[in-house]
Amino acid sequence: MYAFDYHKPHSLAEAAALLEAHPEARLLAGGMTLIPTLKQRLASPTDLVDLGGLADLVGIVVDAGEITIGAMTTHAAVAHSKEIKARLPALAALAEGIGDPQVRHRGTIGGSISNADPAADYPAALVGLGATVITDRREIAADDFFTGMFETALAPGEIVRQVRFPIPLAAGYAKFPNPASRYAVVGAFVARTAAGVRVAVTGAGPSVFRLPEMEAALASSFAPQAIAGIDVPEDDLNRDPHATAAYRAHLVGVMTARAVTTALES
Amino acid sequence: MVGTVSVAFSVNGRDVKAKVEPRTLLVTFLRENLGLTGTHVGCDTSQCGACCVLLDGRSVKSCTILAVQADGASVTTIEGLGTPEKLHPMQIAFNENHGLQCGFCTPGMIMSAVDFAQGNAEPTPDQVREWLEGNICRCTGYHNIVASVEAGARAMAKA
Amino acid sequence: MGLMSQPIRRTEDKRFITGRGRYVDDVKMEGAAIGYALRSPYAHARILSIDTEAAKTMPGVIGIIVGSELEAAGIGHLGAAFPASMLKNRDGTPRVDGDRALLTVDYVRYVGEPVAFVVAESQNAAKDAAEQILVDYEELPAVGLIDEAVAPGAPLVWPQAKGNIAVDWEQGDEAATETAFAKAAHITRIDLVNNRVVVNSMEARGAAGRFDKETGHYELFVTSQGAHPIADTIAKRILKIPQERLRVITPDVGGGFGLKMSTFAEYPLVLIASERFGMPVKWMSERTEAFQSDSHGRDLKSHAEMAFDAEGRILAYRVCTDFNLGAYGLGFGPGIQNIIPMFVVGGVYKVPVLHNYVRAVLTNTVPVEAYRGAGRPEAAYIIERIMDLAAREMGLGQDEIRLRNFIQSHEMPYRSYVGALIDSGDFQRNLHDCLKQADWAGFPARRAESEKRGKLRGRGMAYYIEKTAGGASAVDISFTEAGRVEVGVGTSAHGQGHETTFAAIVADKLGVPFESIDLIQGDSIRAPHGGGTGGSRSLWNSGNGILKAADAVIDKGREVAAALLDTSIDQVTFDDGAFRAQSSNRFLPLLEVAEAARSGTKLPAELNERLEKGLNSSGTHDEKGDTFPNGCHICEIEIDPETGKVAVISYDVVDDFGFVLNPLIVAGQVHGGVAQGIGQALMENCLYEPGTAQLLSGSFMDYTMPRADDLPSFGFTYNEILCTTNPLGIKGCGEAGTVGAAPAVMNAVLDALWDKGVREVDMPMTALRVWETLQRAMGG
Repeated sequence: MYAFDYHKPHSLAEAAALLEAHPEARLLAGGMTLIPTLKQRLASPTDLVDLGGLADLVGIVVDAGEITIGAMTTHAAVAHSKEIKARLPALAALAEGIGDPQVRHRGTIGGSISNADPAADYPAALVGLGATVITDRREIAADDFFTGMFETALAPGEIVRQVRFPIPLAAGYAKFPNPASRYAVVGAFVARTAAGVRVAVTGAGPSVFRLPEMEAALASSFAPQAIAGIDVPEDDLNRDPHATAAYRAHLVGVMTARAVTTALES
Repeated sequence: MVGTVSVAFSVNGRDVKAKVEPRTLLVTFLRENLGLTGTHVGCDTSQCGACCVLLDGRSVKSCTILAVQADGASVTTIEGLGTPEKLHPMQIAFNENHGLQCGFCTPGMIMSAVDFAQGNAEPTPDQVREWLEGNICRCTGYHNIVASVEAGARAMAKA
Repeated sequence: MGLMSQPIRRTEDKRFITGRGRYVDDVKMEGAAIGYALRSPYAHARILSIDTEAAKTMPGVIGIIVGSELEAAGIGHLGAAFPASMLKNRDGTPRVDGDRALLTVDYVRYVGEPVAFVVAESQNAAKDAAEQILVDYEELPAVGLIDEAVAPGAPLVWPQAKGNIAVDWEQGDEAATETAFAKAAHITRIDLVNNRVVVNSMEARGAAGRFDKETGHYELFVTSQGAHPIADTIAKRILKIPQERLRVITPDVGGGFGLKMSTFAEYPLVLIASERFGMPVKWMSERTEAFQSDSHGRDLKSHAEMAFDAEGRILAYRVCTDFNLGAYGLGFGPGIQNIIPMFVVGGVYKVPVLHNYVRAVLTNTVPVEAYRGAGRPEAAYIIERIMDLAAREMGLGQDEIRLRNFIQSHEMPYRSYVGALIDSGDFQRNLHDCLKQADWAGFPARRAESEKRGKLRGRGMAYYIEKTAGGASAVDISFTEAGRVEVGVGTSAHGQGHETTFAAIVADKLGVPFESIDLIQGDSIRAPHGGGTGGSRSLWNSGNGILKAADAVIDKGREVAAALLDTSIDQVTFDDGAFRAQSSNRFLPLLEVAEAARSGTKLPAELNERLEKGLNSSGTHDEKGDTFPNGCHICEIEIDPETGKVAVISYDVVDDFGFVLNPLIVAGQVHGGVAQGIGQALMENCLYEPGTAQLLSGSFMDYTMPRADDLPSFGFTYNEILCTTNPLGIKGCGEAGTVGAAPAVMNAVLDALWDKGVREVDMPMTALRVWETLQRAMGG
C-alpha cells in the first residue's frame, strides 16, 4: 500500500468537507474492494475518509411499500434481516450470496454500488427493482445511477446515504458465480411489480443492464418458458478465461429463467 | 507528510493502545506489534481466510481491515480462543477429527468455524461447506474439516 | 496393544490449533530488514540497463542487489537437481537446462523472473523503492505454450536448444511395438492435455537469513521439504563455502506438494543480503508473487495408442509426450515426465511391449517442477483415460477391460516390460471392493433419477499404481539427560504428521512412553543428513530407519543391562520396554539402562569407552526394493447441461498402501490428494496468454482453488497387502489420491456426455468447457 492519511468523520457534513478539502481522497466503507485494491497498489489516494463512524448510515427500515437500507449496512445484516426475508426474500438471498461470510460481515451496500463493479450483485437488485439511491445531495433513480464499468452518476465528493427499494409483487435473483472469485459471471434479477416486469443483469456486460424484450415477454406471461426463445446478443458482453461472450449470453437466458422460477416460488 | 494514528482496542481481552501508520493492516498489527503470529496471511486478494479473527464476535478477514478500523472494537484471535492446557471445544474437534495437516489455514478455519457454530448447533455438512466458502485449505480436501466443524458446533452447544 | 496401526490423534496439532505453530514468517530476528524481489513484467526481453540510483535514495532503503554484482562476487547459479548423466538426449548429447543466475543479468525469460533484490526497513519501503528502479528492457518475441514453442521458426528460449527441445528421451522398443500394433484387432487412440497447475501451498515460500560476521556462519530459516538438500545446494553451488558454515532450519511448513523441495533464488539472496548489509533479512512471498515465481506443475500434451487383441487384451502401447519445462530446467523439472514415471507407464496391466517418447520443451514461463505425484499422475492419467476409451469402443465394461488385463496377484513378484519389479498387490480385490463400496451396480437407477431432474450423470473408474521408495535418509536415536528420547530424521514433515507416526514406531519398538519422544527434523546441523520429504517415501526412509536404529539401541542396551544386572549378554532379553535377566526375575526399563549408559557411573570403564555415546544409535534403511501403492477410484458426477457445471456427487477409493501405520492420517492424505486431482480435472488451470506468454491466471481471483462446497465427502477404505521389500511392509500414501483422481473424474465426465455424442474431453472440464463441448456435440 502507498501511504495515506486517515480521517474518521462523525457526520456526513464533516465527511463531505473532508472530501472537498482532499480532492485525491477516497471514501472507505466496508473496504472489501478498496483495501485489496490499495494492497495491490492499484490506487493511491492521499487520504481515506472512513464512514465507519456514521451510525445513522446503518440500518434497515421497512414500511408499507418500501425498504430503505442505510449505505453502511452490511450484506450480512441485509441477508439476515427478518423483515427483508419476509417482504423481499430475493434481496436477502442476493446479499447472502455476495462473497463469503467474512466479506458479508464487512462489505456494505453503499460501498458496493459506489464502486459499481461490473460483476457485483447489488446493481442487479437496484436496477431490477427500480430502486432509488439517496445521496447527501439528491435522489438518483437506479436506472440512471450505474453509468459504466466502475462508473456511477455520483459527482465528485457525493456520498451515498441510503438505497430505497420498492417492494415488488414477486422477485427472484439467480447468479452463476465465477468459480474462483465468486463474483457474478452472470446474475439476473427479475421483479414483477404492479407497473410491469423488470429484468436486470449484472456480470455479463460492462455495467448492469435491463432486457426490455424479456421484460415485455414476462409481462404478458410471468413464467420461465415465456423467455425461452429470446436470444441475447453477445456483442457487448464481457469475455474472460472463465466465460466467453457467447457463454454469458446463454447464461443470461438461463439465469433469468431461474430467477423467474425463484420469484414464482416466493 | 503522512502521520500516525492512535488506535485502542481490546485483543483477547487485553486492552491495547498504539500509534500506527494508517496503512497498517489489522493482521500486520496483530502479528508484528503484538506478536500474535497464529493469525496467518495466505493470500493478498481476501480469498483464503487464513487471517480470520473475530471482530466484536463476528469472523472477519484481518488482511482486509486496517488496524485503525478496529479502533474501539474487541478482537479475538486464535491465541485467545483456548490454550494448549485448556482447549476450546472447536479446537478439540479439529484435533479429534484430524481436521488439519500443515496447520497453516487452521487458525482462520477455526475462527470462522467458531463464528458459524454460534448460530448453528446442529449443522448439516452442506451448511458447513457453504459457510467455509471464505476459507481455503490445500491439504485436507475439507472432508475432515467438515467433520470437525460439525463436531465442534455440537460440542459448543453443549458447553 | 501397540500404537502402530492405531488412529492416534496427532501430537503436533496442539500447537497448530492454538496458533502456536512457528512458520518462517513467525521467526523473530531482531533488527531484521525486509527483502523484496523486483520481477520481470516481460516474458522475454533483453536487459539493456538497470539503474538503481534513485531507488537507493528512497526512505527506508538499506540496499539493492543486482545480478551483475553477484556475478562479480563469484556467486554460483541455480541448476537442476536431476543429474546430467541420468537424463541425456537420445543421441547421447547433453540436455539443455539453461543457466539460471539468482538475479538475471542480460535476459529475462519469464514473467516474474527476479532482476533485483531490494532490502529495506519495511515491505512498503521496499516496494516503494522497487518502483523507482529503472530497468531498460528490449522486448523479444516469447513462447509460452508447448504448441508455440515447437512450431517451426519459433523464437528460441535458449539458442543451444534447437526447436526449444531441452531433451528428448525414449523407453521401450519402437520397432517391436510397431510389429505388435500390426497384429491388433483393435487400436484405441487418444490425444490428451494435462493442464498446467499452480501448487499453491497455503503458506507461500519464504526465507529469513542472517550472517554472523564474528564466526563467518550463515543461518537460514526456510520453507522447505528438507533442510539438507537446500543446505547442500546453497553451500556447494551458490555460496561455495564449507557445509559447516551454513545451518539451514525448516520450522513448521504450511504445505509443500513438491514446490518446497527445490532451492529458489530468494533463499541464498537473503543470506547474501544479510552479509552485505549487516543485518538479518527476511523475504516472504505474497500470493500474487507466488503465482509468478513458484515452480508450476504438470503442463503436457500426449498422444497415446493402445493395441488390443480380439478379447480386449493389451498387445502393445505407445505414447508420445511433449512437456513444458518452462524457461529453465531446475530442480527435478527435467526428469518429471520421463525418468520419474518410467516404471509405471504401463499401469497395472500386462503390457507385452511399449514405446514411450518424451520431449521436454523450453518456453518463456516459470519453470515447471514437481507437483504431488510428479509424473506418476500424468502417466496414470494417460493409461487410465485410454483404457476407459478402449472399453467404450470395444463394448466392454470399465471393470471388465481392467480385469482382463490386470497383473494377477499370483503372478507377483512381477517383472513388468519396463523393468518394474512389483512385489505385491491384489488389483482384482481392490477393484471388486470399490465396485461394492460405490454401488456400481446401482448406477443406472441413479442416472435415471438424475435425468428426471434434467441432469446428466456419469461414473468413472481409474486404477492407479505408483512406484516409490529410495533416496536413503539416516535416523538417529539419542537419549537425553532429561530422560527424553530424541529421534533425528533426514525427512521433513510439512503436514504429514511425522511427529506422531514416527513416535508411535519408537514407542512400540523400544517400549518407551509415547510422550517422551521428540522428533528432530528440518535442521541441516542437528538432524542427520537426508533427502527431505517428497515422493511418498518418508515412512519408507525414516520409519524403516527407526527400526534399524532401534535394533542397534537394543543391542547396546543388552550389553549395558548385562553389566548392570550382573549377568551375561546372552542371558538378557528385551521385551515390553525392559531388559530382563533370564536367570532371575530382575529387569531394567530401557530408559534406566539408557541413563546408566549415558552417565556411565555404574559401568565398567571398558564398556563406557566402547559405548562412547551410550545407547545412542543410528540406522539407515538403504535396502533395494521399490514399493507400489495402488488402488481403485470410482467417481460419480452430475452435469447441469444448462450451465455446464459439473458437481462431484460421490467419490470412492479402495487403496493398498501395505501396512497402515495410522489410519486417520492415511485417510487424510488420500482426501487431500483426491481433492487436488478433482481440482485439476474440473477447475484449476494456469493460463499463459498465447503470443505474449503473460500470466493470465495470476491470483486466487482468477485461479480456481477447490473449496469445501466444490467437493463431496470421500469414501475411503483399504486392503493391507504388505509390501515384501521393507521391514514395515509399507508402500507409501502421500501422493496416491492425486494419482488416481484426475482420470476417474474425467472418465466420469466423458461418461455423462457420451450419449450426447461427445468423444473428447480435456482437463479442466470447467462449466464453460462442458457447455462448449455440449454445444459442439449438438451441432451448436
